[in-house]
Amino acid sequence: MLGLGADRLRADMSRLLALLFHQGVLDEQFLQLQQLQDESSPNFVSEVVNIYFHESEKLLRSLRGILMDREFSDYKKMGIHLNQFMGSSSSIGAKRVRNVCVAFRAASEQNNRAGCLRALELLEHEYCYLKNKLHEFFQIEQQRVLAAGVRYPMQN
Amino acid sequence: MATNGVLPRLWRSEKMDGLDFSSSPDNGEEVHVLAVDDSLIDRKVIERLLRISSCKVTAVDSGRRALQFLGLDEEKSSSVVGLKVDLIITDYCMPGMTGYELLKKIKESSTFREIPVVIMSSENVMARIDRCLEEGAEDFIVKPVKLSDVKRIKDYMTGREMKVKKEETTSTTNTNNSNNINKRKSRGSCDDLSLSSASSPPSDSPSSTSTSSLSSQSSPSPSPSPLTLSPSPSVVLSSSEPSSPSSSLDSPTRRLKMTMSE
Repeated sequence: MLGLGADRLRADMSRLLALLFHQGVLDEQFLQLQQLQDESSPNFVSEVVNIYFHESEKLLRSLRGILMDREFSDYKKMGIHLNQFMGSSSSIGAKRVRNVCVAFRAASEQNNRAGCLRALELLEHEYCYLKNKLHEFFQIEQQRVLAAGVRYPMQN
Repeated sequence: MATNGVLPRLWRSEKMDGLDFSSSPDNGEEVHVLAVDDSLIDRKVIERLLRISSCKVTAVDSGRRALQFLGLDEEKSSSVVGLKVDLIITDYCMPGMTGYELLKKIKESSTFREIPVVIMSSENVMARIDRCLEEGAEDFIVKPVKLSDVKRIKDYMTGREMKVKKEETTSTTNTNNSNNINKRKSRGSCDDLSLSSASSPPSDSPSSTSTSSLSSQSSPSPSPSPLTLSPSPSVVLSSSEPSSPSSSLDSPTRRLKMTMSE
């Protein structure tokens, strides 16, 4: 019955990904990353995504730090951080996060502090959602790998 | 095992600060690509894209390190001569030395000017693309980089003796490209997206053609690849991209997305 478990988990993964695509949270670039994963690089996607999480959280902290300074907001520096965030989000297929960065960057180019603050909150929200969903995805994948790896002796 | 003038010590698997040497021995058959990008994520992705396409990769994080690797850095004299690099692929926007500046330095070098240089950028700025192509860049890829892009640029590396023929075809396609460029609406920055629309559910037309273009890519079969897109109602992939799969293998500007914003 463990074989069925693996199949069910695989279906769960498909459903979750389809949902994220439907919501525009992920785009085709995520599929591209999956195509780069194989036996020689079996954890490629989660490795890249974990780097993305690590970098993104640093960027979010920096952005918040800049905006919390009521005296002076370094919009130029914000722009640099946002470009980086946009680039990495685009590279892993995090479409909604990337789109918020675009709007955020527009606000910073106009020195619009209120707009930047709104954008930052939205960005944090979108990032949180993405992170939770991707964690869920990798958890199911791990379970599926384990389930698929167990065999009854005679089936070998 | 020094062939083509490459000193053996470079091909040992070594990790130096900011440099990653690919560990496979030099067999003279595989193409060797020098990838330059300040983003760690992009380096990982481009490395993987190239390795899966049977290329050797050396990934560095700056134009400076790229020049050092080639032995072109004025300040650090390198004892290495005649490195066998078949292609250089570099990001445009990098702190310190931009990809454009790196391109110029390479084209100024008598040793390395023949090496094809490909520029990657997340922005499809016409002026930027033109400037790079004029300076001698072989191609310009709009990020994110895909397998189809790598497949296309691999052609630049094989058959270098046919370079003259390629240059002829490139000049004709460039003329065609400039016609295409004028027809396209391109924006310098993607700042036309208002905040209120950023989080609304995508209302774009479902693009099932994008699905087919994905499946037609020649890529190795992924092991965990559970996604089947057909059941889901409106899967929004790149909504505004021209959909024919074969066009992705065309000349540089076909790769340009019409809009970067969704």
